[in-house]
Amino acid sequence: MIANFGYKDGSGDYFISIDTDKCNGCGDCVPVCPAGVLEIRDNDFDPLAEDKMAAVKDEHRKKIKYSCSPCKPEANMKNIPCIMACKLDAIVHSW
Amino acid sequence: MAQEFWRWKEYNWKNENIDWKGGSIISSGVDVGSVSSQAVILVDGELYAYASMRTGSDSPLSAVNAMNWALDGSGMKLENINYVVGTGYGRVNVPFANKTITEIACHARGANLMYGGSVRTILDMGGQDCKAIRCDEKGKVANFLMNDKCAAGTGRGMEVFADLLSVPIEEIGGLSFDVAEEPEPVSSTCVVFAKTEATGLLREGWPKNKVIAAYCSAMAHRVVTLLDRIGVEKDFAITGGIAKNIGVVNRLQKELGVETLKSKYDSQIAGALGAALFAKALVEKERK
Repeated sequence: MIANFGYKDGSGDYFISIDTDKCNGCGDCVPVCPAGVLEIRDNDFDPLAEDKMAAVKDEHRKKIKYSCSPCKPEANMKNIPCIMACKLDAIVHSW
Repeated sequence: MAQEFWRWKEYNWKNENIDWKGGSIISSGVDVGSVSSQAVILVDGELYAYASMRTGSDSPLSAVNAMNWALDGSGMKLENINYVVGTGYGRVNVPFANKTITEIACHARGANLMYGGSVRTILDMGGQDCKAIRCDEKGKVANFLMNDKCAAGTGRGMEVFADLLSVPIEEIGGLSFDVAEEPEPVSSTCVVFAKTEATGLLREGWPKNKVIAAYCSAMAHRVVTLLDRIGVEKDFAITGGIAKNIGVVNRLQKELGVETLKSKYDSQIAGALGAALFAKALVEKERK
């Protein structure tokens, strides 16, 4: 499953996508985020399975454009800590 | 008091052909949304009863009221229900729920039953948010996104327009086709600014129906851009209150070039129905 956390507003699309087929819930992405945006929680999009996944915390979901801005000085995808930390390439940013 | 044009009707329904006392699993789903709350009761996976009410300011109370109304006249009591799953925006506010499940999973599961296993893309146009969900033949979520940061493309936005134009909300869809030619969509994305824009159009002498058409078409367009991110695969279905507004649905079909599936079920119960199906599955899992 691709879980898109974020929003679309007048200024653009701001989504962090987690591919749950790749994510194994290891949690490597959690401590590297300076803003504490990510967490590991139950994959409640598939309530009958009992696996864990990385997800954007609810309190950041509607403001990730701002929460993530310190890591995006040049608006490119290079050197973003959470993406770099994920060995399984499960994390993608839309902007 | 002035008439409130946004005020849609609450309703309940019961399947008189089912004798619930003979059922082995009675499961229920309660979907507390931002605008409406639904309670659905299943007897061995068959739809037995449901109720839909306005949520108002007290979410726990609306969950209790919706459940009581669904139970009304059946002789069934809350204790008779084996398992209750709460879902929706206010899912933590269902006092009698055994478990809560995100509405994304519930909508996919509910739509799978309502529209059949061929559904691959579901658009839930709810009271205060809009969800685009891709799922497999079992109703399992494959891809989703939700927009709840903005009221454009939601029932709340439509309520604002019903009130502004003094048109009962149920009639908006039909009236939006009563125009000489299709107007340009309202350009503002934000509902508050769209309302300002509409007020300006009315001042310029636009008839009501033309303003309604411009707003329905803006809403359809807005949602299409949201769907672009996950892609639309056939079959396509719309759930939620806006699914009943043909003004938006027909324009959406035209813009996407895809027909929407029809269902004998009420489009607003999808979330609660999915929750009730999960409740049934959880009972089966426990009993194994």
